[in-house]
Amino acid sequence: MPDSPLLTAAAVAVIALAIAVVVGVGLKVLRSFRDLGTDAERATYKTLHAASEAGQHLRRGLNPAGAAKASRQLRTLLGCEALAITDTTGVLAWDGAAEDLKPRLMELAAGVLAGGRTAVLPAGAGQAPAGQAPAGQAATGPDGTGSRLAAVIAPVRAGTRVVGVVAAFAPSAGAGLVRATGEVADWVAVQVELAELDASRSLLMEAEVRALRAQISPHFIYNSLNAIASFINTDPARARDLVVEFADFTRYSFRRHGDFTTLAEELRCIDRYLLLERARFGERVQVSLRVAPEVLSTVIPFLSLQPLVENAVRHGLEAKEGPGHITITADDAGAFAQVTIEDDGVGMDPAQLRAVLAGHADGDHVGLRNVDARLRQVYGNEHGLVIDTAPGEGTLITMRVPKSQPGHDA
Amino acid sequence: MNPGVALAAVAVVSLATAAIGFYGLRISRTTGDFYVASRTVRPWWNASAIGGEYLSAASFLGVAGLILLSGTDALWFPVGYTAGYLMLLLFVAAPLRRSGAYTIPDFTEARLDSKAVRKVTSLVVVLVGWLYIVPQLHGAALTIRITTGLPSWAGSVAVVVVVCLTVVSGGMRSITFVQAFQYWLKLTALALPILFIIFYLAGTGTPALAPPAANPTGAAPTGLYQNVSLLVALLFGTLGLPHVLVRFYTNPDGQSARRTTLIVLGLLSVFYLFPTAYGLVGRVFAPGLARAGQADAMVLLLPGELVGGVAGDLLSALVVAGAFAAFLSTTSGLVVSLAGVISQDVLGGGVGGFRLAAVLSAVVPLGFAFMTDSLALAGSVGLVFAFTASTVCPVLLLGIWWRGLTDVGAIAGMATGGLLCGGAMIAGAVSGAANIPVWLAQPAAWTVPAAFAVMVLVSRATARRVPGTMPRVMTRLHTPERPLATER
Repeated sequence: MPDSPLLTAAAVAVIALAIAVVVGVGLKVLRSFRDLGTDAERATYKTLHAASEAGQHLRRGLNPAGAAKASRQLRTLLGCEALAITDTTGVLAWDGAAEDLKPRLMELAAGVLAGGRTAVLPAGAGQAPAGQAPAGQAATGPDGTGSRLAAVIAPVRAGTRVVGVVAAFAPSAGAGLVRATGEVADWVAVQVELAELDASRSLLMEAEVRALRAQISPHFIYNSLNAIASFINTDPARARDLVVEFADFTRYSFRRHGDFTTLAEELRCIDRYLLLERARFGERVQVSLRVAPEVLSTVIPFLSLQPLVENAVRHGLEAKEGPGHITITADDAGAFAQVTIEDDGVGMDPAQLRAVLAGHADGDHVGLRNVDARLRQVYGNEHGLVIDTAPGEGTLITMRVPKSQPGHDA
Repeated sequence: MNPGVALAAVAVVSLATAAIGFYGLRISRTTGDFYVASRTVRPWWNASAIGGEYLSAASFLGVAGLILLSGTDALWFPVGYTAGYLMLLLFVAAPLRRSGAYTIPDFTEARLDSKAVRKVTSLVVVLVGWLYIVPQLHGAALTIRITTGLPSWAGSVAVVVVVCLTVVSGGMRSITFVQAFQYWLKLTALALPILFIIFYLAGTGTPALAPPAANPTGAAPTGLYQNVSLLVALLFGTLGLPHVLVRFYTNPDGQSARRTTLIVLGLLSVFYLFPTAYGLVGRVFAPGLARAGQADAMVLLLPGELVGGVAGDLLSALVVAGAFAAFLSTTSGLVVSLAGVISQDVLGGGVGGFRLAAVLSAVVPLGFAFMTDSLALAGSVGLVFAFTASTVCPVLLLGIWWRGLTDVGAIAGMATGGLLCGGAMIAGAVSGAANIPVWLAQPAAWTVPAAFAVMVLVSRATARRVPGTMPRVMTRLHTPERPLATER
């Protein structure tokens, strides 16, 4: 089949790939011939490069996978025979010769972990005590390298705690090796502290999301109860229905599990909310809805649309004479779902709105700022609310969320 | 046939597609209809949409042509296309819906916690999509050339232009309705003419020109290996098609994803009755149509050949309309899902990026289509399925059903499958059709097991790299959703 379309297409693709590979390799080779400076410059570069490589591996804290990769870099940095990293409970990584010492390292490091001071052990100190196992047996490896190596064991101090040790093994433990090992241990400590900082930053973000979410519900409860209260004398039956709707609404918003929900659930919640609002505004509130079924199962942050609709009702229509119209749309936009909420109410002053969203001014737009902040926290800065408005011109709020959110359970 | 009628049919289908895409959602609802508006797509609709997107040029034109040429051996194609959905139903539909990932690269990244796997999967998915669009464009070129006498390129360009315009201008916002409409259009356009022809032949007592078992081209029957290899390609290839999987996200949960797949099985089975009928009627009453290189056009020519006159023209126009619906629906489905992948992974994901990506995903295959010549449509699509089965399918199946899969294993497996299958395709092209060995012509039977084996072995060797998030992801994939009643 010389002319088959697929085969020709595939051939073109393979040839393109081959050209790309050749060009890539060629560039690499060319680059390696470039002038890289004096020996001192090269040594500085090598040291810093090894340190930054190792640093990347340690960014998730002291764990076996990261420590194993980092120990390889650090051993070349120190130029020793073997290098080990431990935490407080066990050996995380061992790189280089003399693995026969590995089982006894924690024992040797016990003093360092407890006292926090660097220990220097002369060659042979790592051997099992003579009474326990005769030389040449289990404690010593077949080559017996462990017996001729001295060890420098330096503590890794994060804050005031000792979180592990760095142990370097070399034929002799000179002052140079002792000082360098101490510095490497301190450097590892800085990386561990950075990792802890990362962890606490993400914890802080989670806590902020929870705090923002807790802020919303009381705001709405207050308004709804006022609306229902106005019917208790004039129309008790309706007031009863409204209380039932309200109960359903609160069951949704007080639910315990999950910070996320589906668009369909959130729309159902908006329906109940609007029922309560219409109890108060009557026919003044008109709502139309256009939703693409493809995006109904999109996951969105819990209670992220209802505050926007609430904003449209309160700040768009309440201050206005005559009926107001709210349009809610949800569209399929490639890898995103796009939701818009539009009202033809009094609008807002953009400058003031910007101040509110930035958190500089205290306004009535608590809901807007809240939703905006949550969207930015969850999906990144480019997914904040987009608001088109001017005084007297109504308001259009657009929200874009990615359809694919494997990490978020609705 | 009359070129004007055919052109009118093409124009009507294109306009109807665009119109439904634009206005399908324009019906605004008031608050009273809140529940109606926020109700999810029914499995029936969604199944029709999947059928509409899935039934491509190969199904509409290729299968009938192949039956005309090689008889019962060609029946393995519709069998494989349909049975692929059984695999999807059993192994992939519900867990993938529960994963929350929207595209295959999203899924592999979430499952294996690795950006590199995402990159490789995106590359493979884009490649599969492009290769799959090329036969659609060849089909369009063939259809336009045969029915209107215009040059071949006009058909391919027409499809690309219509698809680009509708996708870029937001006309695919109600893509589910468009695709569902296309399924029923294709079914009608194929079923009505053949039923009319059969009754016409019975009514006029036209004598059979050849026995059904005759072999008009003298082609050698295919062997066991070829049929097994083809079935492997079609069964496993269906699992990895990017445009098919995206449709499942319209289902609200895993259970309705399963129900949808079941209905799709029924819809496809009904559909494939008709290409088979065309092939058979062609064999018995119009064996003259069995010319090599033109068998794919048999569906288009049969009404004119057997009925003729104005009635034949009208029936042909209906078939042309259905064929164009097939090209448009499959191409637009592929373009939309490819544009999603390209805009996210290459262009950083924005509204403008999506449009650019959509144009890119349609124009690149157009270039491929110009450089190459159309051959048997069913065969080319079969090769795309083999490629998918050797790359995307193993990573999906093992990702869903095996806890031990690692990122390195997945990449190694996809690379092995892709290189072996792609290599076989190219080697086949270089050595020419006549002396191509069977195992190169139908590579799936050995490339698919090879991809699986490499993936498993490399994963075993790098078992330390099983991501820490694996237990949580696996739980999510396989735990049935809470019933809605308790969730409220």
